[in-house]
Amino acid sequence: MTSFTSADGHGAVPTSGVPVDEGSVPHRSQAPLWEVFVRSKRGLSHTHVGSLRAPDAVMALRNARDVYTRRQEGVSLWVVPSTEIVASSPDEKDAFFDPAGDKPYRHPTFYDVPEGLTHL
Amino acid sequence: MSEQLQAEFQAAFQAEVDADGRIEPRDWMPDGYRRTLVRQIAQHAHSEIIGMQPEGNWITRAPSLRRKCILVAKVQDEAGHGLYLYSAAETLGADRDELLDLLHTGRQKYSTIFNYPTTSWADVAAIGWLVDGAAIMNQVPLTRCSYGPYARAMTRVCKEESFHQRQGFEAMTVLANGTPAQRQMAQDALDRWWWPSLMMFGPSDGDSPNSAQSMAWGIKRFSNDELRQRFVDATVPQAEHLGLTVPDPELRLDPETGSYAFGEIDWTEFYAVMKGDGPCNRDRVRNRVAAHEDGAWVREAAAAYADKQARRAAA
Ligand SMILES: [Fe+2]
Ligand SMILES: [Fe+2]
Repeated sequence: MTSFTSADGHGAVPTSGVPVDEGSVPHRSQAPLWEVFVRSKRGLSHTHVGSLRAPDAVMALRNARDVYTRRQEGVSLWVVPSTEIVASSPDEKDAFFDPAGDKPYRHPTFYDVPEGLTHL
Repeated sequence: MSEQLQAEFQAAFQAEVDADGRIEPRDWMPDGYRRTLVRQIAQHAHSEIIGMQPEGNWITRAPSLRRKCILVAKVQDEAGHGLYLYSAAETLGADRDELLDLLHTGRQKYSTIFNYPTTSWADVAAIGWLVDGAAIMNQVPLTRCSYGPYARAMTRVCKEESFHQRQGFEAMTVLANGTPAQRQMAQDALDRWWWPSLMMFGPSDGDSPNSAQSMAWGIKRFSNDELRQRFVDATVPQAEHLGLTVPDPELRLDPETGSYAFGEIDWTEFYAVMKGDGPCNRDRVRNRVAAHEDGAWVREAAAAYADKQARRAAA
């Protein structure tokens, strides 16, 4: 018996008997992947919002405008080729971020402030 | 990977999920989790882009410029939803071309609701009100899904869906308060879209092992029946407000629970439409394949132009 899930958003779809990436299609030369960053208003940083495919930077910017800022969500856009992003490895996350773990004295909450005193 | 290491990763993964944390693309995850998500996100994406067709059918015939602008914006949003979702599937290592191929060859599915025809303008109103309304019920819990990119895509989608539902309800209100002929159109659309909308939540999944697993993985939060009940409880008062009759003689408000009891759903129709025997299955897939093939020269030209510019820049 096929199972269905409503949790696919626009209407139930089968959760069994459906193939998933079996490598059946030889990977065609797809347009490169770009990561999109939006500055929502002046004074704020650009924030990652998602990705898209486009053949070149100009089209990536235009597509990003149409896909991610249809409701004035941004005043500035960055697109960065996904392959250019250098990331820390999630497997090493403990070791990598460990050096900060035993230094609570870097936080103001580490220190006792005598009661009644302000501006400290 | 040693068995012990595998068990450690598995435990860390499940602990993150159980603590209502988020799994991100490069984290270790069980293969079944990845495959379940690719299957779900891909078919969700397919529903979004196929869903452009029934409404797109009315863009040239929208009754006013205002309605036309709204409808174009709504259909464009659905294309955007598809793009957010294919991007989310790619973060799991899926190949976008392959996903499209699985859709075009009928091996992956999309929601049965889009295999029904839009025979009058009132159907466009009914789709926004009922179909997008049902989509909101399904998608809001997904904003808390354990897979980060899917949850974030759903947050964007849900903001846009509420515009979809409201514009549909507004268009329905105009018809319901219009001439007797317009009222009749509105009632006729409700009569045809009500039951397929309830089917959007899928058959009861109470004892489906896949659903239980999806819940343990934090992908699914509520059963199909729970979501359907919420939809009925939310929508019946809206129909009453419109002065329209929900086509279910067994519909009753239970004064104790505040919930509506409703009649039996004809699941044979659902399975038939899923298998390919709905009124529009062949058209929908044929149009999709044609759009993809007719657009091939544009993709090729854009790629050739990008190559040429890159060569010039290098020279
Ligand atoms: Fe959508
Ligand atoms: Fe929608």
